[in-house]
Amino acid sequence: MAVEQVAVLGVGMHPWGKWGRNFVEYGVAAARDALADAGIAWSDVGFVAGADTMRNGYPGYVAGATFAQALGWTGIPVTSAYGACASGAMALDAARQRILSGMCDVALVVGADTTPKGFLKPNAGERGDDPDWLRFRLLGMTNPSYFAMWARRRIDLYGATTDDFAKVKIKNAAHGLHNPYARYRKAVTAEDIAASPTVSSPLRLLDICATSDGGAAIVLTSMEYARKHLASAQGSTDPLVRVAAVSTVTPTFPNTILEMPNLATDSAAGIAVPGRGFKQAIGDAAYAQAGLGPDDVEVAEVYDLSTALELDWYEDLGFCGPGEAEQLLRDGVTQVGGRLPVNPSGGLACFGEAVPAQAIAQVCELTWQLRGTARGAQADNPKVGITANQGLFGHGSSVILTR
Amino acid sequence: MGRHHDHVRSGLATTRVPAIEGWFSMPPEDTPIPADGSGVPGISLLGTRCVDSGTYFFPPERVMSRAPGFAESELVDVELSTTGTLWSYTDAQYQPPSPFVAPTDPYVPYCLAAVELAEEQLVVLGQVIAGVTVDDLRVGMPMELVADELNSDEEHTYIVWKWRPVTDGATDTSGAK
Repeated sequence: MAVEQVAVLGVGMHPWGKWGRNFVEYGVAAARDALADAGIAWSDVGFVAGADTMRNGYPGYVAGATFAQALGWTGIPVTSAYGACASGAMALDAARQRILSGMCDVALVVGADTTPKGFLKPNAGERGDDPDWLRFRLLGMTNPSYFAMWARRRIDLYGATTDDFAKVKIKNAAHGLHNPYARYRKAVTAEDIAASPTVSSPLRLLDICATSDGGAAIVLTSMEYARKHLASAQGSTDPLVRVAAVSTVTPTFPNTILEMPNLATDSAAGIAVPGRGFKQAIGDAAYAQAGLGPDDVEVAEVYDLSTALELDWYEDLGFCGPGEAEQLLRDGVTQVGGRLPVNPSGGLACFGEAVPAQAIAQVCELTWQLRGTARGAQADNPKVGITANQGLFGHGSSVILTR
Repeated sequence: MGRHHDHVRSGLATTRVPAIEGWFSMPPEDTPIPADGSGVPGISLLGTRCVDSGTYFFPPERVMSRAPGFAESELVDVELSTTGTLWSYTDAQYQPPSPFVAPTDPYVPYCLAAVELAEEQLVVLGQVIAGVTVDDLRVGMPMELVADELNSDEEHTYIVWKWRPVTDGATDTSGAK
């Protein structure tokens, strides 16, 4: 049975880039944009949920309070969520639950990050009991090395080629060409990709997403509040976008797919392997909450940490069967103008990853897509959109928006 | 094991120690680590087995069985299979960040392997021994476990497990121990 919906009344983003400024600036800019977009004053917000950053000291661990203080304390309750790449969706879910429980009408969700140059690496210190430290110490296993292992599986199992991976990048680069929030706004050719150095075979530099600075925010309200607010707002023509699902499920034991930052998988000996893998379960839970299925989806924002990973998501979200993602791509189904545009924002290929902001940015983009107001590439009148991401330590999320 | 053995590889006498305690068995103290980086066979990864469910854990789980419904089950130490099949692989063309320590200067790229152990039905990551490139690897090929130097400093030579392709006739490929 579908769960009750809440309204996305406003969204806002700070452009992605390598600005090198305090992450709080980006979050505040995004929050103010979202409040302006909603036509709501900060003083009317009843709850704030922040998505944490692990790379900016204590203020990053208490992001909700950091943003609330920067916007000016108003005495409202706060929460801060950390779930790696799913952090933004966890903050969104906390806000949604506050509203659905009747404890507030208006909630603000904010995530922002300032990232260092180069490979993401573990926090400092000797931590021999932390798999995120050990994978670097014992193996030198970077995030791109995990992406590459998964990409190699597509080649081996399904006959994918590096040309297919390149097509994902070319598509997403074309999508992001005119997106003012994207960091990279440049057409990419197959020759560009072939000329970029191999980082982790079979993935080249242009197959792998960068790390970026950025900020994103959402103003979430009850459906009743949104209807009243829009009725009184002069000249408001945006169709009302709703959150139909927020999935933040964890893996089921035994998880037999290699996951970051683990050095091994669970064992399939003795205990039956679940019929649906972790990434599939993330989408399944979202569809179940929304009372919708893959056939209803008309636009998607999925986590293309690598080009090959975008193809995995086509299958894990049920857009096609196992091994059919390359054909969907080659047929143009997932480009803007096709039946199911994927990453019309340009995706991580054009943004780079700003971890705590990214899941929120996916929702911002889908909100614009569903309103028909995307400033970059606009899908053809979509009414249902889905997001998906996956991060370290058993985290992942999927959000379904409808109008 | 091996903690007080003087190890000579680069002209410096160092003490041979595991890069992490309790995850694998060390090679005998009098067995030299080949200078060509080919590794020392005969070591094992050390895991635990949940007696009641029959599932395995690596790294060794010692607090409680993570198999749902088997929290009360006894966990016993086991040596894992020393051979398996290649699940996937890649290489590290750029030097990984700290706490990785490159054993050579300049940095030399190396391969990484995810190897599926047949009996335990789990996949274990490891570096691949020096001299192997991705062109030498294919998913499904047999791989075997060896001990090799991870890196060394003035006092210690840190030993880690690595994977290497099974060469025909060179080793026993029967798997489980």
